[in-house]
Amino acid sequence: MSTSGAPMEGNVHILGDHVNTDAIIPATYLVSSDPVELGSHLMEGLDPDFPSRIKPGDIIVAGENFGSGSSREHAPLAIKGAGVACVIASSFARIFFRNAVNVGLPILESPEVVEAIEEDDRLRVDLAAGTVENLTAGVSFSVPPYPGFMRRIIDAGGLIDYLKKG
Amino acid sequence: MSATRKILAEHSAKQQLKPGEFIEATVDLVLSNDVTAPIAIKEFERLGRERVFDADKVVIVLDHFTPNRDIASAEQCAMVRRFARQYGVRHFYDCGEVGIEHVLLPEEGLIKPASVVIGGDSHTCTYGALGAFATGVGSTDVAAAMATGKVWMRVPEAILVKVTGRFRRWASGKDLILYLIGKIGVDGAAYRSLEFAGDGIDSLSVDGRLTVANMVIEAGAKNGIFPVDSRAVRYLADVGVEASEWPIEADEYGYSGEVDIELGDVEPQVALPSLPSNAVAVGEAPDVRLDQVVIGSCTNGRMEDLRVAARVLKGKKAAPGVRLIIIPGSPRVYRGAIKEGLFDIFLDAGAIISPPTCGPCLGGHMGVLAAGEKAISTTNRNFAGRMGHSESEVYLSNPAVAAASAVIGMITDPGEII
Repeated sequence: MSTSGAPMEGNVHILGDHVNTDAIIPATYLVSSDPVELGSHLMEGLDPDFPSRIKPGDIIVAGENFGSGSSREHAPLAIKGAGVACVIASSFARIFFRNAVNVGLPILESPEVVEAIEEDDRLRVDLAAGTVENLTAGVSFSVPPYPGFMRRIIDAGGLIDYLKKG
Repeated sequence: MSATRKILAEHSAKQQLKPGEFIEATVDLVLSNDVTAPIAIKEFERLGRERVFDADKVVIVLDHFTPNRDIASAEQCAMVRRFARQYGVRHFYDCGEVGIEHVLLPEEGLIKPASVVIGGDSHTCTYGALGAFATGVGSTDVAAAMATGKVWMRVPEAILVKVTGRFRRWASGKDLILYLIGKIGVDGAAYRSLEFAGDGIDSLSVDGRLTVANMVIEAGAKNGIFPVDSRAVRYLADVGVEASEWPIEADEYGYSGEVDIELGDVEPQVALPSLPSNAVAVGEAPDVRLDQVVIGSCTNGRMEDLRVAARVLKGKKAAPGVRLIIIPGSPRVYRGAIKEGLFDIFLDAGAIISPPTCGPCLGGHMGVLAAGEKAISTTNRNFAGRMGHSESEVYLSNPAVAAASAVIGMITDPGEII
């Protein structure tokens, strides 16, 4: 994820509150660390058909406390591996939030944006400009930037690449 | 300062920390397991370091899918073993030394008050029971900390949980934490510390505190922390850690909230599917026919837990068709249960006794549920599908309620059968 990266455009999949990591990637699949393999089981704990509906570039929009539960980094990796461009939620559970930052999965926390989106809407997300446009509904929002410390990790492409740069 | 901020200030060479500030803290212990270590190792190797920052401060426990349930989990453990050997990881737990990590580490004397512990496991927060700052992180954080000995962090606000009074019969630490989560919700402490104080702490054993701190993550907390009192000091001395008493006190930023709990109000709780916050008094739980009962886990797999289960099960049998699975949390607990004669009570009750493993808690192995099956469990999560099929159900309780429920085959108040 990069705050200076290109804008993303994709179709929306709406999920509810408290989507936990067992729903995102059930524990039985934690014997792999391959994002594509993990992505083929994305959200199976919630809806067995979800992996067949998700297309590269799609955007997940969820309610409160997204990613609650375990510390498994397999959760943001599965989302990335399935080709999801970005997750927008009203709020994130803290371990999921730092994992997403650390592995470079674009995430956005904004209850106002979530409120204004419906299933299958088409969104344009520009993290560099701090804007989200709902192309279907014809409304747009500006979102506050990440704090500086976090932005440096994000702009490096994740924590390991940030450390490699020294 | 709040206990949490005091520890973090000491570990980031600052006099004073403000909630919301970003810091890099030095870590005293970095933990991972057979599920989170493989990704951590891959990321660590990407950094190209020749050694871990301190081989004495890295802990790896192969506890989730062990003894291995399939080839893929065996391959993961094999990879972690190679890493532990190559980098000389001092505290590597494999074979007969494996215990469930959060039962094992305190017993091994690896947890010290006022230290910073991070772990690639969300229940790393358990160690706050002994006055440590302990929090769960992901594999990449573990990789970075294994390389640099540091972790990035946002300084948390803190909520004071003031506990007064004494427990009722059959209520324990599990009931206190389920009651608290029921009150504040699964994100009621999101991004914040839960700091426990008040005279009610005196009646909480160290095992009970470990249970409470274990589940603060189920309220979204970054960490939970207890004062180090004479009871904690004695526990620590028994495991070879020298410590002195240390109270929980407010700093100039104080607490962003306070929750008061009178233990006399806390009845044995049952958390209904599928959130830990769905807590009700056991008497209000619905009539549910149970297929499985699990007593164990990083939440309730300690000596005190098995003793209370044995007290309920003594001379009784699990109801026909109920799979009663008991999991001593560590080799020490396993041996203690044998020495105290608990295994005879459990075997006479028709229980299956498992080696120490996380196993069924996360639907890994050793007790996975089929569609439509229902279990009561002393574990920490009752999310849909947590213990197996997405249409199975998990009810959470303390060990006494779980044991009584095994005997009747329905959710049961232990007071009704003893």
